[in-house]
Amino acid sequence: MTELGWWGVPLGVLGGALRVSTPFLFVSLGECITEKSGRINLGLEGILVMGAMAGYAVSYITGNPWFGVLAAGIAGFFLGLLHGLICNLPKVNDIAVGIGLMLFGTGFAFFLGKPYVQPKAPNLPSLSFGAWADAPQVQAALQVSPLFLIGIALALFLAWAFRNTRWGLVVRMVGDSSDAARAMGYNVNVVRTLATAAGGFLAGIGGSFLSLYYPGSWSEGLSSGQGLMAVALVIFARWNPVHCFYAALLFGGAGSLGPALQSVGITSGYYLYNAAPYVLTLAIMIATCSTRRTLAGAPGELSIVR
Amino acid sequence: MSSARLGSALESLTIPVGALIGAMLLFGLFMLMLGQNPLEVYGLIYQGGFSSAFSWQNTLSRAAPLILTALCVALPAQAGLMIIGSEGALVLGGLTAAVIGHAMTGMPPISVKIAMALGGLLSGGLWIAAAGALRQYRGINETISSLLLTYIAIALFNHMVEGPLRDPASLNKPSTAPIGDASMLGNFPGLDVHWGLGFGIIFCIAMYILVKRTTWGFGLRIVGGNARAARLAGLPVGPLVLAACFLGGAASGLAGMVEVAAVHGNANASLMAGYGYAGILVAFIARQNPLAIIPVAILLGGISASGGMLQRRLDLPDATVLVLQGMAFLLVLASETLYGRIKLFKPREVAA
Repeated sequence: MTELGWWGVPLGVLGGALRVSTPFLFVSLGECITEKSGRINLGLEGILVMGAMAGYAVSYITGNPWFGVLAAGIAGFFLGLLHGLICNLPKVNDIAVGIGLMLFGTGFAFFLGKPYVQPKAPNLPSLSFGAWADAPQVQAALQVSPLFLIGIALALFLAWAFRNTRWGLVVRMVGDSSDAARAMGYNVNVVRTLATAAGGFLAGIGGSFLSLYYPGSWSEGLSSGQGLMAVALVIFARWNPVHCFYAALLFGGAGSLGPALQSVGITSGYYLYNAAPYVLTLAIMIATCSTRRTLAGAPGELSIVR
Repeated sequence: MSSARLGSALESLTIPVGALIGAMLLFGLFMLMLGQNPLEVYGLIYQGGFSSAFSWQNTLSRAAPLILTALCVALPAQAGLMIIGSEGALVLGGLTAAVIGHAMTGMPPISVKIAMALGGLLSGGLWIAAAGALRQYRGINETISSLLLTYIAIALFNHMVEGPLRDPASLNKPSTAPIGDASMLGNFPGLDVHWGLGFGIIFCIAMYILVKRTTWGFGLRIVGGNARAARLAGLPVGPLVLAACFLGGAASGLAGMVEVAAVHGNANASLMAGYGYAGILVAFIARQNPLAIIPVAILLGGISASGGMLQRRLDLPDATVLVLQGMAFLLVLASETLYGRIKLFKPREVAA
């Protein structure tokens, strides 16, 4: 085994960024769709956990992890739909419903997922891009999940679709001015509900990555707030799907700082390094938000930036 | 009381209670689908939470921190802020209290207790006030920042408890050094429930008076209703928001101090029992009214106290209570849409 010494830290962070960023990517793309339509879904954390549970359970039952990914998406779709339908009622606050969905989704997933904590479900395969390197650490760092590649393709597709397709324009119009959308004859509530459900579908898939690839098992402590950080991440990425990808990489790298340092023998501040993504999120929000102007690129109807 | 005020008071009592009953029915249906007898489940919840002196004791000890963490949501809500970081303020308050309690070993117990309470109040208050300041002066959404601050607080807590502040004698369960039996909070006179319940009730009554019966509270509620109008009227919006956040965080920090000084005797991971998150639900069911928090917290405390009973008797997962809470939360939020729509509660129009 080649000794990498301190080079293990940046390598670990890079490998971690490639590995850990996928759930951030999917959840933030889902939130991006929802927020573009003018609503915010803080419940993606609950959807993520629910997706992780559903994906793991279905993968265990059917023996095929890809069915698990699909099941996770479907579970997320229905939770997103629930959020959308409740928010359609007049006078109901979308942020508060998101908090409710966060608690409901995690509770429901813990309840249904109890029998699946022990058994081992088949995981997703990984693709190696490190065969050219001699060092096993480099090879390990360049193992990526197929979901990561799907996520990149999806980010590019969404960026294109928001600009160039009919439904992309409709979602953006509903998010920027519901009056304009209504005048054009679109049903604002229907568009927003579908956008929230689509966002839930993607967040569910992000959850299945946690249980089926990395860490690759189901337990109650599986998620560490990725669903919530993704909401902040979308603000940081200014509602641009491609920027969501960069931001997800950054967050993934920050999240793997602790384990990377641990691998070279620095264990003392383990918990503090694990807080790096939260501190980073907060720092980014402090740096980019302002009370005097709304953020560039923000959907006009979005309550969180007003 | 005029008929309009009576109507609106009845409305804000009937709708949440109706939503809770709806949640119980929905939960019963869910249990029926899983092959359980819903009536048996309801019976066990009653038995586990409210039937005997022992279950009341369990219920009230759980209600005590819930009352305080719910205030952490309800007070900033008066100023229009949606803070959900009570769990973070609770663990920091508990940690501060444990450190003070251990450092002052041997001093007169009453002074130790007062210092621990002040430490909890101050650390929790400053933590949530930070979220308020970020909102007020940087325009950062306080819901997200308060939850991020909670994750950071938990990381700090874990770092301190498993690192610099760890008591070498705590082998299996990392904890800080004990505060000592002399500094522990005793029981509420005549009850087998610790003093935390008394703190919670006093805090709620004081906050109710402050918010609903003083000029300061009136100003706070104007800020919550319309911050721009408040600014035009010359109200100090920033200080009002910060003070509301500080008081809320202080309540949650006191909850941490109570858990340390009345239950655990030191700071360890048991402090993170989810009281902060359940407190959000309490505050929403109580419609952010400090007095209504007390009965709602007792009700939810009872439901969570019955979790063990459901687990033992029916072999249900311990998350069963969380499912019920989640359903209740969503239905209570959905029921917001009913306000002003039910004819019965509307004041009769007076003929001109």
